[in-house]
Amino acid sequence: MSLDQLYQQIILDHSKARHGSGLAGTEAPQGTSTGQSHQLNPVCGDEVTLRLAVQDGKVAQIAWDGAGCSISMASASVLTDLAQGMTVAELHEVIDSFREVLRSRGKVHADPELLGDAAAFEGVARYAARVKCAMISWVAAEDALNQAA
Amino acid sequence: MAVVSTPATLERAVPAIDNAEVLRIRNDFPVLNQLVNGQPLVYLDSGATSQNPASVIEAEQEFYEQRNAAVHRGAHHLAVEATEAFEDARQTIADFIGADYEETIWTSNATEGLNLLSYALSNAGLWAAQGRGDRGLKELALNPGDEIVVTEMEHHANLIPWQELAFRTGATLRYIPIADDGSLRMDQAAAIIGARTKVLAFTHASNVLGIINPVTELTALGHSAGALVVLDACQSAPHLPLNVKELGVDFAVFSGHKMLAPTGIGVLYGRQELLDILPPFLTGGSMITTVTMERAEYLPAPQRFEAGTQRISQAVAMAAAANYLTETGLERIHAWEAELGQRMVSGLESIPGIRVLGPAAGKERIGLAAFDVEGVHAHDVGQFLDSRGIAVRVGHHCAQPLHRRLGLTATTRASAYLYNTTDDVDRFLEAVAGVRAYFRA
Repeated sequence: MSLDQLYQQIILDHSKARHGSGLAGTEAPQGTSTGQSHQLNPVCGDEVTLRLAVQDGKVAQIAWDGAGCSISMASASVLTDLAQGMTVAELHEVIDSFREVLRSRGKVHADPELLGDAAAFEGVARYAARVKCAMISWVAAEDALNQAA
Repeated sequence: MAVVSTPATLERAVPAIDNAEVLRIRNDFPVLNQLVNGQPLVYLDSGATSQNPASVIEAEQEFYEQRNAAVHRGAHHLAVEATEAFEDARQTIADFIGADYEETIWTSNATEGLNLLSYALSNAGLWAAQGRGDRGLKELALNPGDEIVVTEMEHHANLIPWQELAFRTGATLRYIPIADDGSLRMDQAAAIIGARTKVLAFTHASNVLGIINPVTELTALGHSAGALVVLDACQSAPHLPLNVKELGVDFAVFSGHKMLAPTGIGVLYGRQELLDILPPFLTGGSMITTVTMERAEYLPAPQRFEAGTQRISQAVAMAAAANYLTETGLERIHAWEAELGQRMVSGLESIPGIRVLGPAAGKERIGLAAFDVEGVHAHDVGQFLDSRGIAVRVGHHCAQPLHRRLGLTATTRASAYLYNTTDDVDRFLEAVAGVRAYFRA
């Protein structure tokens, strides 16, 4: 597998754009139920703190702070775009599907209908050392979602 | 660049290592002869673990095929052969570092050696408090108000055991700071090391900065304060001539797997008069004189610190590794690696957006360089290099406090050994030069 299949254009773009980045100084919308989770990868020092606000069973806001490699930052950015407006059940389904693909060592293909831009991370599954990079914000989102819902 | 002078006649007789010799050396290392991602492997991660020459692999295999048995017990032929091989290996390693046989203790690695020592020291306090053992133990015991001194550049292995020893004994852990170029602030060291200092522990050569610390000067400071001096020789014993007696340290540790030997074997050196009174850390079989229902009496060093069945084949293989290094010549290896280190640093410094940690080009360093690439995380740098067949280490290299001190969380490190050519370094530099463009930094 070539490097370009791992670092797809969409991943490199999101690693720069970092949608949803900027937790400090922002607050969750009034009337929402929120959860916040901090995740750390001790191997490389990647860190993500993610807050998720739920209102009427849907994701009303997702915001995060983080530092790490391009895979981890792009993954948080893609997740932000994807999660916005989803129901709690839908987001759980997406997170489960993402995890299954990432942990499959390349055996399970991503469903672009369900995962959208996150399907671009399929190639990461072949790099065991990088799976945690892609997963870190999703683990934080799952934890925050469980707190909020 | 050699820091140790050799007689002129010897210098003429044994020329410096060059690329032609390295290409011959490489043939001894089977694992280096492979393609990674379609390109010949460039292995620049020997600071983490080194590769094994065929002679080391064969020594371990030969032990299992010819003389495998438990040592120091049993009267049968194989037991005698195994014990001889094991103890001959100890003598080889003792000679390798200028120590005496009784002062050379097998451990599983440097980490275990430092834990052994730190627990033996806290046991010294427990024994002294109950009037057990030698009267000298009272001197070695740590109490509230005592201090343990380390440096800001330590590997976690030479840091956390001391944090925990401080926790167990109530002693205080203090740090000798570094300057921005990575060198120790010796003016501060002289102020920090004092009457309260019971242990002074520091690394000989930094696994991140590549700097060689002034061991003799630090040891003199420690000894004038009455402290035990502990040397982390993980990045020096494999790469340069090491003589623990000449350096005058009280203890030293290093790992086999960083010096061409297998994993699972390492060494703790200690001055004999200290080892003979220190309480053991691990207890059990093979380290006792008499055992009753109530208590046990212990053998002197080295057996005192070698409870249970030992790592016999690894010890034999480590001796084979030491012989390989000695035959090649540690002074020559050190000079060659210093040349590779300079080539790395001067090359890295000429690439825009690269910050090299530690001494600048032209200043003494061992054959490694850790660096930050502006706008690109170390993990991405390592992945990019791997796609070109180049193996480096990424992360904090088990030195989080040092990285924090330098304002970084993760860096990329290239570390050379005697089997690396200048071409390896050039391929590495060429790849690094392409990193920022690829990630659009």
